[in-house]
Amino acid sequence: MGIVMKAFLILEDGTVFEGESIGVAREVISEIVFNTSMTGYLEVLTDPSYAGQAVTMTYPLIGNYGICYEDMESLKGWPDGFIVREISRMPSNFRSEDSLQNFLVKNDIPGICSIDTRALVKILREKGTMNGMITTNKNYSLDEVLPKLKEYRVTGVVERVSCKDRQEYVPGDIGSIKCHADRNITVIDVGTKKNIIRCLLNRGCNVTVYPCNFDAQEVIASKPDGIMITNGPGDPAECTSIIKQIKILSDSGIPVFAICLGHQLMALANGAKTYKMKYGHRGANHPVKNLETGKVYISSQNHGYVVDIDSIDRNIAKPWFINVNDGTAEGLCYCNKPVKTVQFHPEANAGPKDSELLFDEFMKMTGGNE
Amino acid sequence: MPKIEGIGRVLVIGSGPIVIGQAAEFDYAGTQACRSLKEEGMEVILVNSNPATIMTDKDIADKVYIEPLTTEVLEQIIEKEKPDSLLPNMGGQAGLNLGMELAESGFLESHGVKLLGTTAETIRNAEGRQEFKDLMEKIGEPCAASELVENIEDGIAFANKIGYPVVLRPAYTLGGSGGGIAHNEEELVEILTNGLRLSRVGQVLVERCIAGWKEIEYEVMRDSNGTCITVCNMENLDPVGVHTGDSIVVAPSQTLSDKEYQMLRTSALKIIDELGITGGCNVQFALHPTSFEYIVIEVNPRVSRSSALASKATGYPIAKVSAKIALGYTLDEIPNAVTGKTYASFEPALDYVVVKIPRLPFDKFIKAKRTLTTQMKATGEVMSICTNFEGALMKALRSLEQHVDSLEGSVYKDNSTEEIEEMLHIVDDRRIYVVAEAIRRGIPYDKIHEITMIDNWFIDKIAILAEMEEKLKSCITLDRELLYEAKRLEFPDCVIAEWTGKTEQEVKKLRYQWGITAAFKMVDTCAAEFASETPYYYSCFDGVNEVEDTSDRKKIMVLGSGPIRIGQGIEFDYCSVHSVWALKNEGYETIIVNNNPETVSTDFDIADKLYFEPLTPEDVENIVRLENPDGAVVQFGGQTAIKLTEALMKMGVKILGTSAENVDAAEDRELFDEILEKCCIPRPKGHTVFTTQEALKAANDLGYPVLVRPSYVLGGQGMKIAVSDSDIEEYMAIINRYHQDHPILVDKYLMGKEVEVDAICDGEDILIPGIMEHVERAGVHSGDSISIYPAQSLSEKIQNVITDYTGKLARSLNVIGLINIQFIVYNGDVYVIEVNPRSSRTVPYISKVTGIPVVDLASRVILGAKIKDMGYGTGLAPKSDYLAIKMPVFSFEKLRGAEISLGPEMKSTGECLGIARHFNEALYKAFLGAGIDLPRYKKMILTVKDADKLEAVDIARRFKKLGYEIFATRSTARVLNDNGVLAIPINRINEEAPTLMDLLLEHQIDLVVDTPTYGDKMKDGFIIRRTAIETGVTCLTSLDTAAALLTSLESSETGHLSVVDITSINTVKPDTIGI
Repeated sequence: MGIVMKAFLILEDGTVFEGESIGVAREVISEIVFNTSMTGYLEVLTDPSYAGQAVTMTYPLIGNYGICYEDMESLKGWPDGFIVREISRMPSNFRSEDSLQNFLVKNDIPGICSIDTRALVKILREKGTMNGMITTNKNYSLDEVLPKLKEYRVTGVVERVSCKDRQEYVPGDIGSIKCHADRNITVIDVGTKKNIIRCLLNRGCNVTVYPCNFDAQEVIASKPDGIMITNGPGDPAECTSIIKQIKILSDSGIPVFAICLGHQLMALANGAKTYKMKYGHRGANHPVKNLETGKVYISSQNHGYVVDIDSIDRNIAKPWFINVNDGTAEGLCYCNKPVKTVQFHPEANAGPKDSELLFDEFMKMTGGNE
Repeated sequence: MPKIEGIGRVLVIGSGPIVIGQAAEFDYAGTQACRSLKEEGMEVILVNSNPATIMTDKDIADKVYIEPLTTEVLEQIIEKEKPDSLLPNMGGQAGLNLGMELAESGFLESHGVKLLGTTAETIRNAEGRQEFKDLMEKIGEPCAASELVENIEDGIAFANKIGYPVVLRPAYTLGGSGGGIAHNEEELVEILTNGLRLSRVGQVLVERCIAGWKEIEYEVMRDSNGTCITVCNMENLDPVGVHTGDSIVVAPSQTLSDKEYQMLRTSALKIIDELGITGGCNVQFALHPTSFEYIVIEVNPRVSRSSALASKATGYPIAKVSAKIALGYTLDEIPNAVTGKTYASFEPALDYVVVKIPRLPFDKFIKAKRTLTTQMKATGEVMSICTNFEGALMKALRSLEQHVDSLEGSVYKDNSTEEIEEMLHIVDDRRIYVVAEAIRRGIPYDKIHEITMIDNWFIDKIAILAEMEEKLKSCITLDRELLYEAKRLEFPDCVIAEWTGKTEQEVKKLRYQWGITAAFKMVDTCAAEFASETPYYYSCFDGVNEVEDTSDRKKIMVLGSGPIRIGQGIEFDYCSVHSVWALKNEGYETIIVNNNPETVSTDFDIADKLYFEPLTPEDVENIVRLENPDGAVVQFGGQTAIKLTEALMKMGVKILGTSAENVDAAEDRELFDEILEKCCIPRPKGHTVFTTQEALKAANDLGYPVLVRPSYVLGGQGMKIAVSDSDIEEYMAIINRYHQDHPILVDKYLMGKEVEVDAICDGEDILIPGIMEHVERAGVHSGDSISIYPAQSLSEKIQNVITDYTGKLARSLNVIGLINIQFIVYNGDVYVIEVNPRSSRTVPYISKVTGIPVVDLASRVILGAKIKDMGYGTGLAPKSDYLAIKMPVFSFEKLRGAEISLGPEMKSTGECLGIARHFNEALYKAFLGAGIDLPRYKKMILTVKDADKLEAVDIARRFKKLGYEIFATRSTARVLNDNGVLAIPINRINEEAPTLMDLLLEHQIDLVVDTPTYGDKMKDGFIIRRTAIETGVTCLTSLDTAAALLTSLESSETGHLSVVDITSINTVKPDTIGI
């Protein structure tokens, strides 16, 4: 492992964890969140929704199966920092091409290991998500650091993660199944994971991806069979101009399916409110209940904000899924328009594929061959 | 209230006696299920032949039948109790099979009994070989190609079709005998020929060989609404080829990427959905190590050993939730008892690593083949939890109580590196130590992996431990950093001390000085995402302690009994749990420490706090420092807990009940002799020795035969009857394999009637619930003897003497709590042969049949209550109206090469009970419960040692009268024929065919009675006994057992059995016989 360099994680509330530096030895301030998935660290690291956050993995042994580049959910690693208890010195998997340490360095991600991640999670659970700093400077001064931490705000992350130009995909691209395409789907990229696009390609869709500064009229004019609004990072309420465009899409009569940030933006576009949760839902084990069938699915989740279930005008949309643990809104089905949205991640990666069938449902909404 | 209407009386079937492969996990599951059903207002009727279980308590079920698990018995119970439903999936394979038989015969339907949980069709689809294959094909899930063949040609053809290597498994042979892996046609022909002959039905399964693949298991749940979740996945360190019960298992999986994890998870959920399982289910996979190819090995549509492990590994109570699902609840309606906030429809997230290691019985069966195969051999297991894999492995290793505290391999120091590499090919319980040694010798990971197929990730973890070992051994000064790292990896102080040339005290002092102390973390199912309420903890050295000392009540620590092994079984868990309950009732806060994932005691809602930790002085001290208990109870956790007495006292913990000095007095031969002398109680003459020379002198002084044994042992471990100097030399060598801290005892062997009592003593009075008498003469370990309560052949005078001696001994040893004493009645005199100032394996059985709650009373006595105030009288309690006969049950068929003849060292793994008003019926039930259901073909083989020959004549005559055809070895036949009993002489194995062996392989023999010569150096008898066992023939090695079986067969009361609800056995509490 080479020479061990000390690193510190300083939280907004003044707590300091002492550990060892991993990744690049760079100082960073970020919002500290935690993820409870036991596998899928690479998918987490390459999920654009983590832009502007430093992620703590609650599972203690990370890096066991190395880096399998084909599992990346976007082109690079996004979190500001990575916090683990133990990083494996011996990655072992037949597909592994690299070590986690190298990946962090290549992606310029600083991190810390050998800290009691459970103790950290308990603080975040009790006091709520807060900002923190990862540093290798042992001469840090709390008096200087803490005000900076309190001040720090994440902004403009959607713009950062969204593609800059329009992109076209056909079935067979990015590891999808080569099959006959019978429909065109527009994807609004507010921070998409690759697997959302792959799930569409696997179902015979030609996919056009628009950046987040898209023009709704242009999308409508292209007459797609359906529109998919993706996941993404940050506070949804901040995305005022995107919300305006989404409002236009939602009234266009074109079937829309939205995930995560897309779901929140659609709700905001239709008059509902969102709020920041105490510590969010991040993991691969969250039960969501389909209120139509009563069936519960285990879902992959990654969100710090949520649609206020009481702010939804039931004449506009009805709760479709709810979270079994805390009763929060996990999905909405809009009245009088072909729009369905979910807070969780039916595209999984990382996490269970139980709700992937929602993509089939979207295909049904878009008509044609199912 | 249940959601399905019309359920009010539920019949629950247990799994019967503990055998290898079906152990305490079903007591845990069954107990949890019964409690869960009662929570919903159900009336629970329980049937299980195993009296040592907690589930067969009247606290757990409303009606309890300790009866043989046969369809006839169950039908009778159903007719009597009229349950409206049956829950079959809690009693392992035994329970499931019975439920199926009752369903398929139409009996359940005609009696209006619903099968709860999984349907009969589902069970058929999951368990039937062809049905399962068809179903998997239908949903596109891969199975290993296999075919049942009846001749060599078909075998060759199929092997050619699927390609070599192939696995061969003869149908209906036990212990995997006759099976094997064939790499080419030549090997195939050889193994197949033998296998076809060994198989009772002449069939052998030829299967694609997937040995060396990763073995991965998923524990999944499904409710009637089709919601499916995964509780846990597990990865075996030992690749496919070793039974998962014999494998080192880690949870969650470590070397699977999310893609592989989710691929198998999706498959598991698809399978249970297609099978329509409602409840818990286990799916086992083989995953190709270098591709995404996988194969479904097996599906168990019931709770299992793995589900018990998964429950303990995650905190998710699978059996409890399964029972609720059976009543119609859906997962999102069942609260998660751990968090109290979330629901059962949620997948546990672990933030620690769990390691399970099997407890194998090769210390008992030193001649048995240690090779690990697809036939399970472990009697039990230990589990440990830590924040890192290395630490969890280290904790699990020392939890085994096998004189091992690390992977250090000094036993290999004389082996060359080439030899070590060769040894890597051997798959047995020592493989992990060989891997560690291979790493030390510098054999490359890839080479080790290529031979063992163990994943490099695990090899590297073992290397980390080997490196730390080297660092400690070579360090000049033990600095803080090194000591911290060693503790993080869970190296115990004693090991660090040894390697760094310090004393254990010095290491401990350094640790405290540097603040390196254990912290405790909670198992909460959710990786701290939600605040949880479960008082379920484990320790680590790299974290912040999160256990609060909140209670203002007085605290008592109860030490558990560790892994199930021969000689220390489930009965000690019964005692520990009952003690916890009794102490709780008295208003104390209870803390339990144990490391066995199969047991009720490690369920988080038994004690107020559960510490899942190794039972060593250091690990226990960590807990003591945190909790400062007001006292500790050691007398219920078998020898494991007793061994901790001295250490606890040094920590300043008060030992409640019998004091340590008095425990010592019972074990220390000289002190004990003084006490006996003072009480005027005789015992067989004997001496204490250390060396072989001393032993020889003692034996010759006493005159052969003599009994040789170490003191401080359990289950008669290392105990032997010696008839000659060469025996002494051999046994002393075996005993001295491990360093003995205590002397070895050499006693004159008296061949009399063995009698056993358990008693409670409060320092003044005693209460003896009953006197038990053994069928087999002294010399057979009490745990292996058929035991009868109440004693039948003892005169009142002898019983009075026994009661008197028990009282005197208990008082002289200042016993507060339980005492177990074994006597020999020889020529009308009573001798004491053994005293254990603690609970014993007969406590659950005697409690149930007498209705006297022995552990409860003993626990109250420990707290200061007086027996005379308890309402059960003092002295010897009056006899119950019922007879109870305890029958030992063995697992010899699972242990290839194990010597089955009975002797002073215990060999049975479990027991069952026959309860009835009359002796013959009780005896018949006991045999039936143990699976001995005769006659069938009425053919038997008799071969006895010379000393037994005359006695055998009468036995043979009685069998003859029952219509048996008797085959006998020549000398035995001669004696029988000379005495007018017709016997057909048969050749010994090394003689001309047909021999005894051929006779056995005709598969028409009911019974072999073979009494071995002590110190028999000839292999003949051994081979006969093994062949009998492996072909499923009952084999008895004591004429006393044979006589008892005869008595049972001769009795005509086998037609209609009466069934006894033990909750209706009235406890008589009048004045008892005073002493």
